[in-house]
Amino acid sequence: MKLAISISGKTLDSPFDARFGRATAFCIVDSVSGEWQAFDNPAISASGGAGVQAAQFVASQGVQAVISGAFGPNAYDTLAAADIEMYIAPRDQTQSAAEILKLLKDGKLTQVEAATNKGHHGENR
Amino acid sequence: MRIVVASGKGGTGKTTIATSLALIASEQESVRLMDCDVEAPNARLFLDPSLDSHKVVGILIPQVDESLCNYCGKCAQVCQFHAIAVIGKKILVFPELCHGCGSCTLVCPERAITEHLNVLGVLERGQAVHDIEFAQGTMKIGEPMAVPIIRELKKWAPVVLPTIEIRDAPPGASCPVVETIRGADFALLVTEPTPFGLHDLKQVVAIARELGIPAGVVINRDGIGDNAVELYCSENNLPILMRIPMERRIAVAIASGELLVEAAPEFRQAFQDMYESITTEVKI
Repeated sequence: MKLAISISGKTLDSPFDARFGRATAFCIVDSVSGEWQAFDNPAISASGGAGVQAAQFVASQGVQAVISGAFGPNAYDTLAAADIEMYIAPRDQTQSAAEILKLLKDGKLTQVEAATNKGHHGENR
Repeated sequence: MRIVVASGKGGTGKTTIATSLALIASEQESVRLMDCDVEAPNARLFLDPSLDSHKVVGILIPQVDESLCNYCGKCAQVCQFHAIAVIGKKILVFPELCHGCGSCTLVCPERAITEHLNVLGVLERGQAVHDIEFAQGTMKIGEPMAVPIIRELKKWAPVVLPTIEIRDAPPGASCPVVETIRGADFALLVTEPTPFGLHDLKQVVAIARELGIPAGVVINRDGIGDNAVELYCSENNLPILMRIPMERRIAVAIASGELLVEAAPEFRQAFQDMYESITTEVKI
């Protein structure tokens, strides 16, 4: 399965980034072959709609699942429309993308069926 | 002539100043007061307008006819706010992200997009005390975007245009404040002599300067805090046009909905002088 993990650097050892829309980068990894590639998140400095833009980006990479720390309503709707599964990893621990991948394989991550937060649009305006 | 009353920091006395300035100006000229603080308009509490005219306002958002759409994705690419997304053979519209620019409708090669009104708020107007023409905008609860409402409010001109327009701005220094200040002839900035007041004053001064609009300062709650606002004003050629001391009786009168110049008539002269200074400055 091809999946995307939100990370704060460009390697498999980079710490997990618990934000989805504003994640620094996405590590896109094939869970079977272990092949991976890191991409800058094109939505990191979006003036708005970062969740939608990030979701469109990972969908365009053909992933079947995404692991992040939270999914807002717009990101959730967009990923769900693309039939991408969403998993939540604990946001309070500094873990690498590789460790997060292991947690998924061990069945220790929670799949979400709804947005996990209310979204940030309109904040600080 | 258009005068904007802004502050940066909230609760410095914008509405207190705007409403009393409107009253003083109305003794010489026809006056319109626009409450542009659409998230929490409250100038009506002081001016008791009739509000007998209403207008629903919003932005035009896209509606996609999926029988015509070929999912080319041009609409999603052109949208700067990611308010429309094309995922495979699905198209999603996010109304709360849309700024109503119409680009998606323009670029759609299949003409699959039509626009419909997404209501953001309501405008109201009517006659207030002292023959002041009053207008306000009120944002719908849960909507995040104030700018389109303020823009429509500014355009919603009465039948007879008044000589003086006073705009009561929202607090802060973000897009709604910029939209309120845009097109004005003078920015009257109400602050308090505290570090917080000064911090936000600087931001609004920067907006006025960027827009090329002359500005003056009112120091409210004079006597508290420090003299940093005064120093900043003298260093930056900002005239201090009025000072209102920190007094309990003023706070009590404002809290019960009285106009400052009616509750404390000794400020009438200061308001008249300030009004003269502004009209002189703008005419030069």
